[in-house]
Amino acid sequence: MKRALYVLWAVAFALGAWGVWERLTLGHRLAGYGSYVVWGLWVSAYIYLVGLSAGAFLLSSLVYVFGLQRLERIGKLALFTAIVTLLVALLSIWFDLGHMARFYKVFTSPNFSSMMAWMIWLYTAYFVLLLAEGYLVFRPDLVRWSRDPARTPMQRAVARWLTLGRTALDAATLAAERRAVRVLGTVGVPLAVAFHGGVGALFATVSAKLYWHQSIVPILFLTGALVSGGGLLTAMVAFAWAPRDDAWRELTRVLGRLLLVLVLVDVLLEWAEFSIPLWYGTSPEGHLLRQVLWGPYWWVFWIVHLGLGTAIPVALLVAHGRDPVAVGTAGLLVAVTFMSVRLNVVIPAQLEPALRGLERAFVGPRLVFQYAPTVHEWLVTLFVLAVGAALLWLGSRVLPLIDGKEVAR
Amino acid sequence: MAPTRAHPTSTRPQAAGTRPETAQTPTTHARAAAPRRRFLRTLGAGAATLLALDVLESLAAAPAAAAPPAAAPAPATTPGPPAPPAGGSDAAPHDVLVRMRADLKRALRKPATQRRWAMVIDLRKCVGCSACTIACVAENKLPPGVVYRPVVEEEIGTYPHVTRRFLPRPCMQCDNPPCVPVCPVAATYKRPDGIVAIDYDRCIGCRYCIVACPYNARTFDAGERYTDGTPEVSPVERLPAFEYGQRRTRQHDTSPVGNARKCHFCIHRLEAGLLPACVSTCIGRATYFGDASDPDSLVSELVARPNVMRLKEELGTQPRVYYLL
Repeated sequence: MKRALYVLWAVAFALGAWGVWERLTLGHRLAGYGSYVVWGLWVSAYIYLVGLSAGAFLLSSLVYVFGLQRLERIGKLALFTAIVTLLVALLSIWFDLGHMARFYKVFTSPNFSSMMAWMIWLYTAYFVLLLAEGYLVFRPDLVRWSRDPARTPMQRAVARWLTLGRTALDAATLAAERRAVRVLGTVGVPLAVAFHGGVGALFATVSAKLYWHQSIVPILFLTGALVSGGGLLTAMVAFAWAPRDDAWRELTRVLGRLLLVLVLVDVLLEWAEFSIPLWYGTSPEGHLLRQVLWGPYWWVFWIVHLGLGTAIPVALLVAHGRDPVAVGTAGLLVAVTFMSVRLNVVIPAQLEPALRGLERAFVGPRLVFQYAPTVHEWLVTLFVLAVGAALLWLGSRVLPLIDGKEVAR
Repeated sequence: MAPTRAHPTSTRPQAAGTRPETAQTPTTHARAAAPRRRFLRTLGAGAATLLALDVLESLAAAPAAAAPPAAAPAPATTPGPPAPPAGGSDAAPHDVLVRMRADLKRALRKPATQRRWAMVIDLRKCVGCSACTIACVAENKLPPGVVYRPVVEEEIGTYPHVTRRFLPRPCMQCDNPPCVPVCPVAATYKRPDGIVAIDYDRCIGCRYCIVACPYNARTFDAGERYTDGTPEVSPVERLPAFEYGQRRTRQHDTSPVGNARKCHFCIHRLEAGLLPACVSTCIGRATYFGDASDPDSLVSELVARPNVMRLKEELGTQPRVYYLL
């Protein structure tokens, strides 16, 4: 099983690396997006991955800020997942830029009337906070690991390096760090909400796209983050947790309950999103929503999102909430299929010509109001996901993600 | 056909919300009306000896008679560089191009910050030949996937009662442009003369401005060439373009490849005293261009017509491109 996963990863990484090589040498020429549909799979993958990050972080704050002891043991895993998913999200959006080498300009010449500039600066602050909080949370265990003869020399060396030389383990230091973690976590909650709400607002503020220009969009981004991040953590705990004891069984049960509530809240908001513009059938964005429901990609909504991503997980969580495998499967389905929701946010809004007949005015492969990701785009996204998987695996080897004593009380 | 001058603006009914702000300011209004008032006063004094009927007749004819002195000054009497000779190779003396070139020269003598470029497109004259689209492609060396001025065609009615409408769509150069505030690096900006420009070297290619444009007037340069995949890249596609007055040859990964691109009213031509390529090449003379802050310019007259409209006025974007219906 493990070997098969390694082989699968190696194949994914190799294919992905080929896609990245194509991207770096040929630019945007192999991509399926063009001049009318300008944002495609990579932007969707970006908002999907930052959603996972914000969701995982907000769940970790349940431990470090709100002191929810039943979830205490997932605190570190959640925090590390938030860091990794944010990093690979940035990788995805970096490949999407027309000029990758100019990314630094968002820092050197920012324009703060732009919601995108706000989002970038907020996630930079969020990233710094994640690193600081991560350091403080992991440091005591890293100090113990660096002295633990049961660890491999490699693990001890990495642990020693990651402590940055601070090796004190006395009660006063630990108490001070616990306080610092609580402060950082407390600051982090509004920051994560602002940052991911900002991602939603990046779309919602665009008045040219009625499909995005709705107040509920940033809220849906936040609930979506919690749902997808919650699903991912649930799956990780259910399938990748080392000690399969009663505490693990209880933890998956609690996470499953939490996930069920989050999914149901999200369904409610989604009902509002669709039913209100569609009810009388005369809303300007109505036909784009109908396109999502009954267009050529109807199956993305009905089968992937509502079927695999909502109905089956809800059924599993309701009927088998005590079975860790069922709960983990539900979490995995929710997390993986949530990409369909992100695609259905990004793409449909761009499928409508601003002026009737524009689609026939001056034609060419990039002047169309249609989009499907090309193989090239899938390969680059595969690379991004493979890097994410590798970082998570690496973290599980060199960081005390699961075992060890928790710092929060 | 040169449009005739309308009645004095003070007596004309105006279409609400369609007049440019420059025509509404009291100073420009007074400036425009002054020569006419002087003319009418002289005319009135001379006519005092005439019969009442004759006076009324001459007054009724006055606005039309007043047109020549109030219109573009003749090149011979104007200081500064002379306008192109009337009856040149591509323009007859009565061609509106002559008038617009004179308008342009006059605008260029003003400080750059006082010019307010505007375009007027007469939809009744457009025949949908797309000469403007192609002239623009040729002028700016636009690659596949990039277009600044498509002509949108719409078929109206059902057989046997069918008509077609053609709507050329350049960048609207909005006075309240939705594409400008969204740029995360301030690479796109509104110039004092009203043109929305892109700094190609600052643009990171995020394409937020493209989704924010309610007219789909921005496109993305993905780096392709029309002759990709053929034995030889066409020499034409290796020629430089001069957008924004900068000489740029498209190459892999260097701007404007990877950038958002848009119509800029051919700034580089304007600054050399030439009309935008789409205006010069319009076979029906359906596109007008000039300085809307100059009350004597042709565009200033046209935007005060009752049949003027702007696209998606309800968004509050305040386009500087007007359409005559």
